[in-house]
Amino acid sequence: MTPHQPLIDVQDLGRSFDVRRKVEGRRRRSRESVVAVHDLTFSVDAGEMVGYIGPNGAGKSTTIKMLTGILVPTEGGVRVAGLDPSRDRVELARRIGVVFGQRSTLWWDLPLRDSYDLLQKMYRIEPARYRQNLARFVELLDLGDQLDTPVRQLSLGQRMRGDITAALLHDPEVLYLDEPTIGLDVVSKGRLREFLRALNAERGTTLLLTTHDLQDIEALCDRVIVIDHGTSVYDGSLAGLHAQGGSTRTLVVDLVDEAPPVEVPGATVRRVEGPRQWLSFPADASAAPIVAAVAAAYDVADLSIQEPDIEDVIRELYSRGA
Amino acid sequence: MASPEPAQHLRTYAQIAWLWIRAAWQYPTSFVLLAVGNGLITGLDFVGLWIMFAHLDDLAGFTLHEVALLYGSASLALAVADTAIGSVERIGTYIRTGRLDQMMTKPVPLLVQVCADQFTLRRLGRLTQATVVFGWACTYVDWTPLRVLVAVSMLVSGAMVFFGLFVGFSCVQFWTTDATEFANAFTYGGATVTQYPLNIFPREVMVGLTFVIPVAFVNWYPCLHLLGRTDPYGTPEAFQFASPLAGVLTMAAALLVWRTGVRHYTSTGS
Repeated sequence: MTPHQPLIDVQDLGRSFDVRRKVEGRRRRSRESVVAVHDLTFSVDAGEMVGYIGPNGAGKSTTIKMLTGILVPTEGGVRVAGLDPSRDRVELARRIGVVFGQRSTLWWDLPLRDSYDLLQKMYRIEPARYRQNLARFVELLDLGDQLDTPVRQLSLGQRMRGDITAALLHDPEVLYLDEPTIGLDVVSKGRLREFLRALNAERGTTLLLTTHDLQDIEALCDRVIVIDHGTSVYDGSLAGLHAQGGSTRTLVVDLVDEAPPVEVPGATVRRVEGPRQWLSFPADASAAPIVAAVAAAYDVADLSIQEPDIEDVIRELYSRGA
Repeated sequence: MASPEPAQHLRTYAQIAWLWIRAAWQYPTSFVLLAVGNGLITGLDFVGLWIMFAHLDDLAGFTLHEVALLYGSASLALAVADTAIGSVERIGTYIRTGRLDQMMTKPVPLLVQVCADQFTLRRLGRLTQATVVFGWACTYVDWTPLRVLVAVSMLVSGAMVFFGLFVGFSCVQFWTTDATEFANAFTYGGATVTQYPLNIFPREVMVGLTFVIPVAFVNWYPCLHLLGRTDPYGTPEAFQFASPLAGVLTMAAALLVWRTGVRHYTSTGS
């Protein structure tokens, strides 16, 4: 591979599906083509951590399925690690790891250990490397006590950690994560993000994750690709996304006494409810001076900051026609 | 594909199958009961034939021993194919649950994974029953070296024909996900038909079972040779040795349909 060739290279990629729909008043169902992904172009270099976000039905999963070779594109091309995913699917599988958040790759009725042993055979992982990797991931992800438990008896968080271990035993160059933190509690989410960051730092594993959780992106991704209606509408840093989407953070202030809307520079009051007021300010601005200004002018009982919701940011981005 | 690949795939298949056998042994009682139950149900099949012969001297000119040879050989071929790759008829379920997507991200050919998944020896029941009937019927055959060869190739080719039918018709599920019954009509239906001498059917059925769904090559033509008979329908004698060709062609056609199915696969939402 030449040094400048990206690990993932997507060119004018598109996929449409034939759907049969029942039409009122007609006996036969009509056939129509539904476009899931269209004219999508981006590339990812080895070692990058990229968040792939967009509303439901935007084409995220369809893209991942084309990157892994599950779906054959109907237009354009994809190359991952120099391979054509749908044509060289089996060969590519050895070099990538895939975790579908809501669907386990593990064998439901078997203990984790058996699933891993089988994966070792399927991927033909060298025994020494396999033992080393397994020991390491089991320790990092704290799975030691679960190794002999059938998968169906694991909690969601344990299962997710089990799935991530399963996807990494063969040292993949790329790890695709589809909603990895969905349904997990705060502690599990934090641990998982920490693990993924370490994985990227130590092994240079490229990460591409789809998520609805902005904190996943903030904790992990230097770069965000936003997709809507099957095509990329933003590709850049998270800060840039906030700036472009005009997203705001919200400072919730509980005053000791009811007061007219607070006046501080850099923030505007959105809502007042008794002694509680909601102040919004740009997401890329620091909260410190605003908090200080409020505290200096009023008697404050409590404060909290709400992060912008990714869905809102993206909605804002679309409504501006970006 | 490089030459050592098929052997590698067979090994992976065996490893996956072994995992499932071990898993089934977690519940030995249920395992044994299922196998015995399966044996009893398929055993009743043959009891049915037996009762029929209590009222008839022959079936379209074939004696009980001869019908037992037809029945035993077809049943054995079906049992072998069913044990080895029976899971393939579940691909509709795999598609709906997203399991197929998971399998497609593993470095093992999809067909190997699908066939080995949830491998079960429950069908040992049918295998045993078919072996007993076939073995018994064989004691009435007047053996020659050529007949031994034809008998062995008949079982192997028969399993290949059923393999092809199972895989080929299961592929319908790539286009419409709930077609198991449709597939069964051809696979298990084909197997049921071959339990009788084909000359009890109209000529058109015989032609269909030779050239369209080639189950006649599973047992009918080679058994005619084993029994030293000529075809009541007067088909060429060469047909009696053509089973391996039918097996290879059916399998090749099925693999082609499979590849097309996988490339047309549209997955499910999210």
